[in-house]
Amino acid sequence: MNETASAIPPDARPRLPRGVRLVHNEAQGGWVLLAPERVFKADAIAAEVVKRCTGDTTFAAIVDDLAKAFSAPRERILADVTPLLRGLADKRLLEL
Amino acid sequence: MANNNGAGLHSPLGLLAELTHRCPLGCPYCSNPIALEPRTDELDTQTWARVFAEAAGLGVLQVHLSGGEPGARRDLVDIMTAAHAAGLYTNLITSAVGITVPTLQRLAEAGLDHVQISIQDSERASADHIAGYAGAFARKRALAAEVVALRIPLTVNAVMHRANIDRIGEMVALALALGASRVEIAHVQYYGWALKNRAALMPSAEQVARAAAAVEELRKKHHGQIVIDAVVPDYYARLPKPCVGGWGRRSLNVTPAGKVLPCHAAESIPGLEFWSVREHSLADIWANSPAFNAFRGTDWMQEPCRSCERRDIDFGGCRCQAFALTGDARATDPVCHLSPRHQEVAALAAVQRDEAYDYRRM
Repeated sequence: MNETASAIPPDARPRLPRGVRLVHNEAQGGWVLLAPERVFKADAIAAEVVKRCTGDTTFAAIVDDLAKAFSAPRERILADVTPLLRGLADKRLLEL
Repeated sequence: MANNNGAGLHSPLGLLAELTHRCPLGCPYCSNPIALEPRTDELDTQTWARVFAEAAGLGVLQVHLSGGEPGARRDLVDIMTAAHAAGLYTNLITSAVGITVPTLQRLAEAGLDHVQISIQDSERASADHIAGYAGAFARKRALAAEVVALRIPLTVNAVMHRANIDRIGEMVALALALGASRVEIAHVQYYGWALKNRAALMPSAEQVARAAAAVEELRKKHHGQIVIDAVVPDYYARLPKPCVGGWGRRSLNVTPAGKVLPCHAAESIPGLEFWSVREHSLADIWANSPAFNAFRGTDWMQEPCRSCERRDIDFGGCRCQAFALTGDARATDPVCHLSPRHQEVAALAAVQRDEAYDYRRM
């Protein structure tokens, strides 16, 4: 993971663009992100993050919620989630 | 990525649905077989709906509605709706000639997830010449604008060859101007129609080197703005492409008449027995059809593939290309530098002639 990913504004409302969907599929072994002519496997943690990217919730609130859900320090969540979401946005899989 | 369902059988991820072989364009590198299937043999709406439901049951996640030109089917919206109802991610692969704006609007309302439009060149006259259809370029631009206006994500598919490979930068600029989120720099693959036109389509080594540098530069320049997918053209590669992610491993292709193929070019290999959705369920075909089992896994391999450390990465390369270039579908794809026939590929690539295209016609 890129540790120098640039910060995401706390009031950003990340969401999946049209044409990108997170689905759970037993035959494919769990969570997958469906995108234009591409399929990405999402591990359980990535799926938990992406599920919260609905466009309704701010980035700050998503981090708060994940910190609570995983009983982890907020700074650590922020450090993990920022490069994950930046990486998805670079691949046009997420809108920030 | 796909799970093992025991006995080494994976679940397919993608299904290419060739709804028809009819197409108004005549691209000389068309991926359809030389022997095109007539309209009278095409599967009906209900059969496609059953195929999609069976595909979803097998684990397929994405369906690519293609052709020919899928817009030539009057029941395209019903077919797409059935795919969506089966829970599949729907991708329309179109020439844009033959899809009307009202049809596109109905597809959008029915939940179409993505559209891919082929564009033959960044210059109108050249694009229309390559497509063999006057006015195609303008219609593609117009439909692309409608796709973006409907907020459906758009991929521009740019098939590159000697006549247009020097304009990759212009093609990417055009894709950006049209509002595409992704562009495929797809070098011609030499099967079927393209094999017939190989000498007229083959780029020079200098062109290929410039193209690779251009793609690298464009990716840096447009990072985060547009996804640029590109691979090295076959005849100039050192390592072969992984044949459809492994034969009978990740994808399947249903022809207009219902034959199920491991890849769209598989019929170019003689002696393979293909089963039809008219007689078998998709699950039965996936597991038991002789064509799917012919090159599944690694047991069929000869040396140098059999003991190669990359055998599970590139699967010996492309079976259709191995047959086309060596006459043996079990041979190592001669694109691979380890193939004893590798030198012949360079010799074939050196055969370049500015001659008229033999256009794809029914």
